[in-house]
Amino acid sequence: MSQNILIVAEHDGRTLSVATAKCVACAATIPDAHITVAVCAADAAAVAAQAAAVSGVHRVVTVEHPMHEHPLAAAIAPQIAALAGPYSHVLGPSSTFGKDLMPRIAALLETVQVSDIMAVESATRFRRPIYAGNAIITVEVLDGAKVVGTVRTASFQAVGTGAQAPIEAASPVAPPTHTRFVSVSAARSDRPDLQSAGTVVSGGRALGSAESFQMLYRLADKLHAAVGASRAAVDAGYAPNELQVGQTGKIIAPQLYIAIGISGAIQHLTGIKDARTIVAINKDPEAPIFEVADIGLVGDLFEIVPQLEQLIG
Amino acid sequence: MKRILVGIKRVVDYNVRIRIKPDGSGVVTEGVKMSVNPFDEIALEEALRIKERGAAEEVIVATVGPADCQPQLRTCLAMGADRALHVQTDTPLEPLAIARVLRALTEREQPFLVLLGKQAIDDDHGQTGQMLAALWERPQATFASKVELSEGKARVTREIDTGLETIEVDLPAVVTVDLRLNEPRYVKLPDIMKAKKKPFETLTLEALGVAPRAQLKTVRYAPPAQRQKGVRVNDAAELIGALKQKGLL
Repeated sequence: MSQNILIVAEHDGRTLSVATAKCVACAATIPDAHITVAVCAADAAAVAAQAAAVSGVHRVVTVEHPMHEHPLAAAIAPQIAALAGPYSHVLGPSSTFGKDLMPRIAALLETVQVSDIMAVESATRFRRPIYAGNAIITVEVLDGAKVVGTVRTASFQAVGTGAQAPIEAASPVAPPTHTRFVSVSAARSDRPDLQSAGTVVSGGRALGSAESFQMLYRLADKLHAAVGASRAAVDAGYAPNELQVGQTGKIIAPQLYIAIGISGAIQHLTGIKDARTIVAINKDPEAPIFEVADIGLVGDLFEIVPQLEQLIG
Repeated sequence: MKRILVGIKRVVDYNVRIRIKPDGSGVVTEGVKMSVNPFDEIALEEALRIKERGAAEEVIVATVGPADCQPQLRTCLAMGADRALHVQTDTPLEPLAIARVLRALTEREQPFLVLLGKQAIDDDHGQTGQMLAALWERPQATFASKVELSEGKARVTREIDTGLETIEVDLPAVVTVDLRLNEPRYVKLPDIMKAKKKPFETLTLEALGVAPRAQLKTVRYAPPAQRQKGVRVNDAAELIGALKQKGLL
């Protein structure tokens, strides 16, 4: 029996997020998957064209409405619920976009949600982390219930492009007006994106100040790396919230993660478990970060970081 | 009366390193310290601050779960909630069922604001608030790091992947809170004594008209994959060498 899967595209109005290609990768592991991507946007053409090219996508459906200029869950959920009838699965990324949106869709469909899918065992059986990744459970969706899910993007490699899926327009339902976008204070950055960067340089409380934290940006620039931070560093105001890595921040899977002055609370380790290589620099040899580090260096970060910068050249 | 409803969950304490039962049937909770879900404590703290500013008259705290949840509700009363609702059931409920219970409570109590944690730290679902908002056909503002109320509206700053987003929602609304919204107060001994006199009501699912249906079954619990033991290097030059050897530089 073929599984009809609807994926909600994440995008900024111009560019399809790489998280969507990771959702496609997850959906493609469901046996006999027939994959449709839904693009809700004020003007969907550009994003729909990118979605139609993602390998494994069979069809793209667009829903255009001025309310979708910004991704408000209250406005998008009824659109997806209206489309969802023929689908066995409705998936979105486990980003703040998907975490906000997907449960609202699940409730409109009066069905179950599987959060943070990290592996697919069958069309109804999935693995997901609980307790901040300290346990992995296998769950079975019962009685043929429609599956709404968020995909833990760090668990999947984005699929490539090359498809030429047909694009169809669906008519929008009138979204509610009780929720309005006001503003977003996104720090514009020329640096690689934290969630897709190959290398991440991350700093913790031991940096001691926002000024010292700048040192990490210089190192990151030399490594063409993204910059991350522990919760302690964000709470202390050394780095903005969008840099937070961990259970309540971003879950990332770079090739190389360099943790500088991060002690390694369980909640932080949750966010980096899938990194290929973890480097830890910390003056405390007993810091828990060393338990997960592939390469550990005990020492004063204020000496080591400038040395690294110089050695990399 | 201007009411805020706060939903809380009893969970294994934040500081406990959990253990999986050897037969993979669950997580060991016997003899383990239980607490109010930390995100829910932040939700309650926000409700109390709103009331202290005079923008609400009553803070109701509610939970769904077995009789064992009473101490956590008492803690919330000691923090300053005015009364507690304990929807008592021994059946573990899925987020959609919890949302249906909360929906029934919004009907009963008519709050202008429902505050919840953005997720529980045990099952990490992160669904209940959004589901309640959908069932209630009201706005949701998730991952809040700032909540400003004005007549009939709330302006909420949300922590999203790209930064901070501000949205405006009509009230009543559901707000789920993130870590940086506030720091919950400590409970003082006299408050614990006072809390014993506060109204504490026990309800059943039947009385609220909620008949839960299990749609999800956990078939196995397993520990996460362990990383291999790493190596130590002595200085920056050795570190660079090790990274070059791995082809990472």
